[in-house]
Amino acid sequence: MNKNTNSLLSLENITVSFEGFLALNDLNLSLKKGELRAVIGPNGAGKTTFLDVITGKVTPTKGDVFFKGKSLIGRKEHKIARLGVGRKFQSPRVFENLTVKENLEISVSTPKSPLNLINKKIKNDQLDEIEHLMKVINLSKKINSKAGALSHGQKQWLEIAMLLGQKPDLMLVDEPVAGLTDEETDLTADLLKSLSGENTVVVIDHDMEFIRRLDSNVSVLNQGTVLCEGTMDNIQNDKKVIDVYLGRPEE
Amino acid sequence: MEFKDLKLSKKTTFVIWVLIIAFIIAAPSILPVFRLNLLGRYLSLAIVALGVDLIWGFTGLLSLGQGIFFALGGYCAAMYLQITSSSEFPNNIPEFFGLYGVDNLPFFWEPFRSPIFSLFAIWVIPALVAGILGFLVFRNRIKGVYFSILTQAALLVFFNFFNGQQKLINGTNGLKTDVTQLFGQMVGSESIQRMFFWFTAILVIAAWFFSKWVVKGRFGNILIGIRDDEPRVRFTGYNPVLFKTIIFSIAGGLAGISGALYTVQSGIVSPQFMTVPFSIEMVIWVAVGGRGTLLGAILGAVLINYAKSLVSEALPASWMFIQGGLFIFVVTALPEGVLGWVQGEGPRNLLQRLGLKRKIETYPSLEIKNEREVLKNE
Repeated sequence: MNKNTNSLLSLENITVSFEGFLALNDLNLSLKKGELRAVIGPNGAGKTTFLDVITGKVTPTKGDVFFKGKSLIGRKEHKIARLGVGRKFQSPRVFENLTVKENLEISVSTPKSPLNLINKKIKNDQLDEIEHLMKVINLSKKINSKAGALSHGQKQWLEIAMLLGQKPDLMLVDEPVAGLTDEETDLTADLLKSLSGENTVVVIDHDMEFIRRLDSNVSVLNQGTVLCEGTMDNIQNDKKVIDVYLGRPEE
Repeated sequence: MEFKDLKLSKKTTFVIWVLIIAFIIAAPSILPVFRLNLLGRYLSLAIVALGVDLIWGFTGLLSLGQGIFFALGGYCAAMYLQITSSSEFPNNIPEFFGLYGVDNLPFFWEPFRSPIFSLFAIWVIPALVAGILGFLVFRNRIKGVYFSILTQAALLVFFNFFNGQQKLINGTNGLKTDVTQLFGQMVGSESIQRMFFWFTAILVIAAWFFSKWVVKGRFGNILIGIRDDEPRVRFTGYNPVLFKTIIFSIAGGLAGISGALYTVQSGIVSPQFMTVPFSIEMVIWVAVGGRGTLLGAILGAVLINYAKSLVSEALPASWMFIQGGLFIFVVTALPEGVLGWVQGEGPRNLLQRLGLKRKIETYPSLEIKNEREVLKNE
């Protein structure tokens, strides 16, 4: 069983092999409750596979994943989501043919059984929750417009709101600021920072300025394994990281 | 495939419904018996089309095997009528059994002596078969084109099986219903047929209300979510397998009701109901009418079939070309179907193109205009 009982999530010796290619190679990582963690790494380092393993999309060849002390291996995606793991995708994936409100209804509704959805009206506290989320993402005026008609940045934010609506204990956020303006990037960083403490958040991104602004512990992935962990300042001065990722300053 | 929002405005829906109901009420007095019977049959096809729309238009599952469930409903209804009308035949079982030396009713037909059981069987059996087939397919995450091929293969399996079972279901000859008895009258008689027409009309409306209820709220939104981005639905904590199985089962039940009504109005059910072209036609009705618009499925089924019978009378053998042409036209020019086109930007764009309506002002043109005005003012 899980050795480290303090951690909310721990990945132990995870190896994922795609027909011989090791997407993750003996990866170990653990997160404390309430932590905000940034994960960076060059293309092909295994960042997205790392999320796929946690959310059940990919079954690792070796190793185990523990969430709240339970192994996630062999559980279906929707079961893992119900345990409290929420995921935001790289490009914003909202339901474009549904309205902003309908998108949020899908995320806040519980229980998630067909019978509940077809028989019953949405509960009042869930409606309040939707209203609250719309204020957080500043989309109250667009409540009844199609999500497909939103701007790129608004879609990113709607997806973050959908993630919040699920009330996950662990939020996995994949490149939340791709394609956002500088101002939106700063707002997103502040939002994610304000969420940690109560929520445990993992952020994956390339944008160094954004990661710096998160002011959190950073894990650097390279070739499917954790290269180094520490604060942004520490890793920026780490020789291994400079070699594989940041590049040497020009002389 | 791109799906746009195809919800009809309340006013349009209301107007179309008033016209439909007025026509249905007037039909028995203005149409000759033969035409009324045809209309009744086509209305029953509208019910299977509603099911196709639920699974394809809303959930994105293109089934080419709805004929299976349609035929199952038809067989259930036909066998009940045959059994209740078999008192003067040897062994008190339907006449055709005698041809193959069968003396006892096969055990699985026994419950069909009961009218209540038969009324339930007509929709419950197809729904169950669809549910089981669907669950196995969806659990293994078979989707898209593979799903379509698989349903067509299942259709062929059922077709061949039913064709070969003379001793159980009269094989390729099928089961006749027009010479059987219901309420002491011949099922093929004018009064019973007229009753079936009313019954069908009511059931079409009921099926529409039911389908509307299914897709209206959060359940329907999940179906649309599955159509547009299934993994996203999964990562939000929903199990798409359950939702897909339920909707496929509902579509199967609707197909069963449709098949039963079609059988009693056309006088026979046979494995011909499970031919490949017929199941593809069901998809065409929905595509032409407008997928994702429930009303479009009903209109598509009734109007295309009516056109088919009129064209076939005037120009025999040309219908297949016209139907093919219609399908190609709709797919290329009106990808959202006729109703989807009316509903969307279609009519306005057409009027603009013909110069009958002013173009909408777009941002660049507004800017140019303002610049001109500025220049003028200067």
